[in-house]
Amino acid sequence: MAKILMKGNEAIAEAAIKAGCVNYFCYPITPQNEVGEYMARRLPEVGGAFLQGESEVAVGNMLFGAASTGQRVFTTSSSPGISLMQESISYMAGAHLPVVIVNIMRGGPGLGGILPAQSDYFQATKGGGHGDYRLLVLAPSTIQEAVDLMMLSFHLAEKYRNPVMIIGDGMIGQMMEPVEFPEHHEEPELPSNDLWAITGAKGREPRVIKSLFLDPKLLDDNSWNLYDKYARMEREEIRFESYRIKPKNKILIVSYGTMARICQTAIDELEKDGVSVGLFRPITLFPFPSKQIAKEAKKKNIENVLVIEMSTAQMKEDVDLAVLGAKPVKFYGETGGLVPSPDAVKEQIMKLIKNPNDELKRR
Amino acid sequence: MNEDARTLFSRPESLNEVVTHYCPGCTHGVIHRLVAEVLDELGVRENTVGVAPVGCSVFIYKYLGTDFLEAPHGRAPALATGFKRLRPDMMVFTYQGDGDLASIGMGEIVHAANRGEKITTIFVNNAVYGMTGGQMAPTTMPGQVTTTSPGGRNVNDTGYPIRVAELLSALVTPNYIERVAVHTPQHIIKAKQAIRKAFTYQKEGRCFSLVEVLSTCPTNWGKTTEESLDWVESRMVPYFPLGCYKDPETAEVPDGAV
Amino acid sequence: MAQYEVTLAGFGGQGIMTAGQLLAYSGMAEGRKVVWLPSYGPEMRGGTAYCTVVVSPDRIGSPIINNPTCCCVFNRPSFDKFAPRVRPGGLLLVNSSLIDVESDRTDITQLLVPANDMAMKAGNPKAANIVILGALIGASEVLSYKVVEKTMKEKLGGKKDLLPSNIKLLREGYNLARKELGKKEKV
Repeated sequence: MAKILMKGNEAIAEAAIKAGCVNYFCYPITPQNEVGEYMARRLPEVGGAFLQGESEVAVGNMLFGAASTGQRVFTTSSSPGISLMQESISYMAGAHLPVVIVNIMRGGPGLGGILPAQSDYFQATKGGGHGDYRLLVLAPSTIQEAVDLMMLSFHLAEKYRNPVMIIGDGMIGQMMEPVEFPEHHEEPELPSNDLWAITGAKGREPRVIKSLFLDPKLLDDNSWNLYDKYARMEREEIRFESYRIKPKNKILIVSYGTMARICQTAIDELEKDGVSVGLFRPITLFPFPSKQIAKEAKKKNIENVLVIEMSTAQMKEDVDLAVLGAKPVKFYGETGGLVPSPDAVKEQIMKLIKNPNDELKRR
Repeated sequence: MNEDARTLFSRPESLNEVVTHYCPGCTHGVIHRLVAEVLDELGVRENTVGVAPVGCSVFIYKYLGTDFLEAPHGRAPALATGFKRLRPDMMVFTYQGDGDLASIGMGEIVHAANRGEKITTIFVNNAVYGMTGGQMAPTTMPGQVTTTSPGGRNVNDTGYPIRVAELLSALVTPNYIERVAVHTPQHIIKAKQAIRKAFTYQKEGRCFSLVEVLSTCPTNWGKTTEESLDWVESRMVPYFPLGCYKDPETAEVPDGAV
Repeated sequence: MAQYEVTLAGFGGQGIMTAGQLLAYSGMAEGRKVVWLPSYGPEMRGGTAYCTVVVSPDRIGSPIINNPTCCCVFNRPSFDKFAPRVRPGGLLLVNSSLIDVESDRTDITQLLVPANDMAMKAGNPKAANIVILGALIGASEVLSYKVVEKTMKEKLGGKKDLLPSNIKLLREGYNLARKELGKKEKV
């Protein structure tokens, strides 16, 4: 299939349809409105369900009801809207429901702004709502990767019967790049939903999909069942990309999403000047590639690990935990819609090369 | 057994044989039974999903023999919407109390009703938060003593009880909305008719339907069973008039809507 | 050709986003990697709108370009903001119909294009963006004229009545740039 130039938001929408998800619920919020607009046009064509709900609170719960049918369903929103969905996300995690939620992040906290940011890292990777649960979190850095991860996400949601979240900054939603949709989307065998989906109690005992367990023993069981799923994700789902990682590097950059692309440009330009720097780009933010980062950080020549984010050092905490003091972990970031330029990244790298003991904390 | 003996009264198939957890004098059990009878009569038990609320009736799934979803507080209409949109062939109903529907879930019920979702809502109004121990609800009567209105509900401070049937019937969308009560056998018969009509409209794919049922809470009202039944008649019915508020058969679309 | 970056900037409604997209589509048609990144938000509603297009033979890293190879400015606020940002050795295209100043930079090539006047004259007053696009191709040679014209026919083909004048204006913009910069081949 030929490549077509698509806006990230529209590519995400089409990828879902190509992955067999024709059910979508949404509430308008910038910068992801194109998804809903695209789905409002497309879903009637493919016989799916489209509904603009009255709030993100309602939309999250519509997802809950829809997922209970055993069919694929997803929603998209942006940071403040994702906060409102946390109630339903916690319930769906507790009730083991497979759904996909896309967060095209804007700056926060509060109403914040509408420009690109990565400030929902904690919310996405540490649960987000109440209770002992996690989401499987994927972070694309190109529109093609957004398409690929979107298609994969439904598979992962069903494999683990757990909500999957894709987080992209505003650029991932607004940018246009050429994309290709696989002609045939084949998936490895998935566990059948015959055993849990709500289809009416015909010829079987009635089923209840719930997250309520007033008996502490049963709630404990449910929490450890969830925990076991996350442990399995850590064994089977870690995804990352290494870029120009070489033994002679003195600095290891860790960055994700669009920010990682900006780092790539900086690294390419430094390489031309004879300065060699490597980049580690986590693609799964949960499970986090801690062991893989630790292995790179502990290599002999590495003097500093430099985490670069469009937030005030959120992923840095996971990198700190991965490296466990084996090497210094430094941070550089900008927030609120300011996006570090390749020049700014280069400047920070050169500072660290000249003075490895420098602290870089902010723009 | 006498050969002429006929069964006049038995447990509906849709009602499970379990010991009730409801307090003595509470009419949730009556309402559960009415829903079960209607499901039996329409022959839809095996094609129905209920959505349980948060509140005393959170465990409704233990009593009724249908599939169930257990919703976050107030969100049952949103879950029901999501489910029904994907499975329009199935029957979907929510069962919600006054705190669930008229307080935290007011947004969800208004919009589900306004969209005319083809679902049925059984709205149980007993003028108090039961499960959490008797706090003031949006339907608590003026002067009614609750744990959070110890001097009696002061309408200057907290407004008047919300009349849900009236409020929702103000929407233009042609829905079925009726208020009934279950404090006397006559009222129970009428309540059954309304619940049956609500589910029938859904089965026919016609409209959103809601039956508000005035119910009792002797425990949190601090009354005996008998006093509670009397209180429904003397205090609640005058403020919450019974009857059909909207019916798609007669609903009119105002000028300018087309 | 190495990576080429273009920022187009003007009022919302001047066709900035469309011109950028035509450039991106053309780059794709020539087998290059492309990225189109808009400014978004309040700007969409009548304020300053700009977009950046990157065309490259290789994988594109940063979509954020602070100092593009070329800036096309359609109004005075855009001129003030972006003229200083053109990379040394780069190109500044100025819509001289609406901008009555010139940059005093000596390290870039500056080209004045009376885009609105030309579009008005052709009876297609909204097509100033097409004139600038033509001039951009003529001056930069980042893509071949033919590919851009073909892309325009495909993407703007829906507006049949305007297509002939759009093509004419694309060519006029191209030829004007060739002439002003003393380049030979014209179309």
